Amino acid sequence: MPAKTILSRPVYGTLSPQTGKNHLFIADAEGAAAILDLAKKAPDGFFASAHIMFIPEMAGNQFQTALRTLKPAQFYEGPSVAAALPRLRQTLANAHMGLRLYLTGSEGLIGQAMQVALEAGIDHSSIQTEHRGSWARRVQCVHCKGITENVTTQPATCAHCGLLLLVRDHYSRRLAAFQGVCINAEDPSEIPQKEEIFR
Amino acid sequence: MSAGTTKLNVTVTDVVAVNELVKRFHFERTDGGDLPTFSGGAHVVVEMRDGDKSRLNPYSLMSSPHNTRDYTISVRRDDSGRGGSLFMHNHVKRGMEMVISYPVNLFSLDLRARKHLLVAGGIGITPFMAQTAQLAGEGGNFELHYTCRTPALGTYADVLHDRYGKRVNIYYDDTNERLPLERLLASQPLGTHLYVCGPAGMIRWVRETAAAHGWPDETVHYEHFAAPQPGLPFDVTLALSKLQISVGEEQSLLEAMEAAGIDPPYLCRGGVCGQCETNVVSYDGTFKHNDHWLTEAEHCSGKKIMPCVSRFEGKSLVLER
Ligand code: FES
Repeated sequence: MPAKTILSRPVYGTLSPQTGKNHLFIADAEGAAAILDLAKKAPDGFFASAHIMFIPEMAGNQFQTALRTLKPAQFYEGPSVAAALPRLRQTLANAHMGLRLYLTGSEGLIGQAMQVALEAGIDHSSIQTEHRGSWARRVQCVHCKGITENVTTQPATCAHCGLLLLVRDHYSRRLAAFQGVCINAEDPSEIPQKEEIFR
Repeated sequence: MSAGTTKLNVTVTDVVAVNELVKRFHFERTDGGDLPTFSGGAHVVVEMRDGDKSRLNPYSLMSSPHNTRDYTISVRRDDSGRGGSLFMHNHVKRGMEMVISYPVNLFSLDLRARKHLLVAGGIGITPFMAQTAQLAGEGGNFELHYTCRTPALGTYADVLHDRYGKRVNIYYDDTNERLPLERLLASQPLGTHLYVCGPAGMIRWVRETAAAHGWPDETVHYEHFAAPQPGLPFDVTLALSKLQISVGEEQSLLEAMEAAGIDPPYLCRGGVCGQCETNVVSYDGTFKHNDHWLTEAEHCSGKKIMPCVSRFEGKSLVLER
């Protein structure tokens, strides 16, 4: 867990079973392991009212069998976060109070699922989150407003306008993205070395 | 004066008997002009000068927040209370000048909510009168569930029903109508917030049931109607001011300090806001904690007291004040 630098930098916790009528888990890659860890602390029958949406990404096939063994009421495996989000939106639109939400995996997944949840009217403080796996960031370029996914370097090149961006810890829950600001606006010929720091 | 307790000089413009137990009071600014704006759920502290006694009681504003010409409050007569409500009922007449505080809101609507589920018991209806007016004006999505003893004592039940029709559901105890709480809680869309105001037992029941149904704490709002309770008189030493004071049977500790010329901070005078929290230097006796601010552990620690509602019985009490 990186040090908390500024207030908007998200902090993540450890998933724990909440009191609720239904439980919705959204995980990518190693996030699956956080669900398996929660299962060890969960009361009997907990997963009978659970719905797991899993996006394996780089994790391949290593977690599916274990997740299915939990016998969730519903299990969905999606090809990408982008493909899973409309499904999440739909699920939340039909849901009632008493549904508890658990987000785990990469920052990008947690952020984007959180964004959909906030739009559905869930308070961010009532959502359980746990970071697992990659620290790659979603970054919004403050100049062209384009969003670049999976940013691992500092500085990073904006995939839309090509500016070299300083990736800040300033985070927008509404956009589910970190802010990227041109690092060499004064002198574009000055090109700082890129370092891989968000792994 | 305490933070958030700037005073307003007002004149009573009307007193209306609503039913056997409840009277409504209208206030306008004595110097004319508009009163400060407020939001639904806000209360004012009304100062009652009763001979040499002075009482300050909080009452929810029940008029529409869209109207700042006058403020209205409703007071339920409590024959076994400390006399605040009896003073309002028996002595406050049209034309009288009074002092009230600026409004303070400790029970505000969370306007990010997709829907507001309001649950009232008895005189706990008053903050919802203002909140429903506010929500209706803004096209807000709400549903009000109101339990009262009998139709005759169903304060404003008819008004609310006329104003909001099916959005208002009323349950009468005398005909054994029950609020279907579990069913209500299980059928609300995601993003609903719950608000409850009424007797302590009802608030506890609603909060506990909501928690058991998986409603996050952030979505459950409540206001305790905790008027200070009378009790045995007791003596207190105020260490910082080097004063020895006595708290009368019908006085709160906060009122006794004020009578001694001390001006401790306060906001709600009902044990919920935390402003009046006071450290205990030493004691020999038992605390009668009546607040909803301190934790259970703090109540047992003997280190803190909320003088607006809590009392003490015993040999000695020294406060850091
Ligand atoms: S004045 Fe609010 S808790 Fe005492």
